[in-house]
Amino acid sequence: MRNVFIKTLTKLAPKHPEIFLIVGDLGYGVIEEFAQKFPRQFLNAGIAEQNMTGMAAGLALSGKTIFTYSIANFPILRPLEQVRNDICYHNANVKIVSVGGGFFYHSLGSTHHGTEDISIMRTLPNMTVLAPGDAYEAECATRALIEHSGPCFLRLTKAPESTVHTKKPAFKIGKAIQIGNGSDVALITTGGMLEETIKTAEFLKRQKISARVISMHTVKPLDAAIIKKTAREVKAIATIEDHQITGGLGSAVAEVLAETSPSAILFKHFGIPDIFIKHIGSVEYIKEKLGLTAEKLSKKIQTFLAHDI
Amino acid sequence: MTSVTYKKYATSIRIETLKMIARAKSSHIGSNFSAIDILTVLYNGILRVNPKNQHAPNRDRFILSKGHACASLYAILADKGFFSKKLLETFYLPGGILAGHVVHSAPGVEISTGSLGHGLPVAAGMALAAKRDRKKWRVFCLLSDGELDEGSNWESILFAPHHSLDNLTIIIDYNKIQSLGDTNKTINLEPLAAKLKSFNWAVREIDGHNFQAIERALTSLPKQKNKPTCIIAHTIKGKGVSFMENSLIWHYKSSNEEEFERALKELQEK
Repeated sequence: MRNVFIKTLTKLAPKHPEIFLIVGDLGYGVIEEFAQKFPRQFLNAGIAEQNMTGMAAGLALSGKTIFTYSIANFPILRPLEQVRNDICYHNANVKIVSVGGGFFYHSLGSTHHGTEDISIMRTLPNMTVLAPGDAYEAECATRALIEHSGPCFLRLTKAPESTVHTKKPAFKIGKAIQIGNGSDVALITTGGMLEETIKTAEFLKRQKISARVISMHTVKPLDAAIIKKTAREVKAIATIEDHQITGGLGSAVAEVLAETSPSAILFKHFGIPDIFIKHIGSVEYIKEKLGLTAEKLSKKIQTFLAHDI
Repeated sequence: MTSVTYKKYATSIRIETLKMIARAKSSHIGSNFSAIDILTVLYNGILRVNPKNQHAPNRDRFILSKGHACASLYAILADKGFFSKKLLETFYLPGGILAGHVVHSAPGVEISTGSLGHGLPVAAGMALAAKRDRKKWRVFCLLSDGELDEGSNWESILFAPHHSLDNLTIIIDYNKIQSLGDTNKTINLEPLAAKLKSFNWAVREIDGHNFQAIERALTSLPKQKNKPTCIIAHTIKGKGVSFMENSLIWHYKSSNEEEFERALKELQEK
């Protein structure tokens, strides 16, 4: 996904001289072409995220469209107050790009897991939160961001350029993408769990449970309309995310459902159960340990449907 | 401007600030008074800003990083015509727009600050924007001394000389008192000038209440080509009212009726 992001930005940079990419001393093997082609639109701010973020606001308030680029929590949690006060409060045109949302830096340990990012970013006024689910969505999101003025958090996974969609989907910030029309259960997901969620729907299909998948690439502003519509059309809703269950996509969806009348719909959210992940291993291994594989998710969803209906 | 004219202006701003803070029962009068002479010079001939064209792309940018000294900045901006003086009467009060830390909803204010250590990184970004676009406008940032405890400032202090931001000038209002006491007893900043020099800044130390010295320092910029400038202004917290000078309590207290009259009398006699 990060390659798609950089490639798209590299394509757009000549037409948009206001684009300015700031990296926090990260992006080896990825950002070089951009840096060489557009030296006046590029800066390595060093390992100093507070300065990087405040400076990004200063550049944006001087007319630039800023992309800050780093990994996991570094561009958001380390300088959280700069994100809040300097960027969001001033509605500065800064896009914070974080590679490795979720636990895609698996064995590097919990310091490198972006597992509270959606929750924290979506609570900031003026902030838009995007977590594209595959390479196509990442490209669309990058393009959409250029046209969108104001603060944004773009959460990319480190996954290889996996594609779930077969072609570029119709993409609009704040408008979810529905895949399939299953009427038993809707699986709402975001970012790096899209592929696993689609597999989960396939597993369920084999058990004669029809599922639709909703790629909620924009967590804020949330597509409340599709959630309300879905609640009328299916028997149950489950959310699936590589994020803490507190405050993330599941919470955002539940907030809408709780205020939807009539509100009685079966709901379950799957994610990280309020823990630091201590398992060492691949992304797949961690998913397995957390019960976030298609096989385990589909079983849990079956049980949940059987018990609650 | 002559020293006499500067002084007259600064006194009028001190009186306005005294009234605003007393009326609002707010705080930070000591921090305001230590910075007013610097602000006076900045807004009387140094900063290229125009109240009639506040967002002119080529204006100089001024950032008050010690956002708690906002009352005096509001008083100056109103005096210069950025907004009506009537607004000053609602400072910190219900229905007003002028908060107790500087806010960008006030015309003439570039950014809101209040949490310390935010102004300089933003100022560095603005200075970098001017450099990249080959523009002539300059960036000035006024910091407190206590604020230098914040690590974010030191990230910027490393950054600005590396990028030869000689269009950036910081002024440190060095009154040597922070929230709970003396700066040298809290986290000693000394040797401050040597620190900044060793970080490749062009450093000048001045008496922050000597108008000619402030004017000289702010007119001969950059002090050195390709280096950002740091002006360490030695100041007195509470400057201008004898019983407020060098007294920590005036970081917090607003004057009662008797104190207000005494302070006003002292200032009017200057």
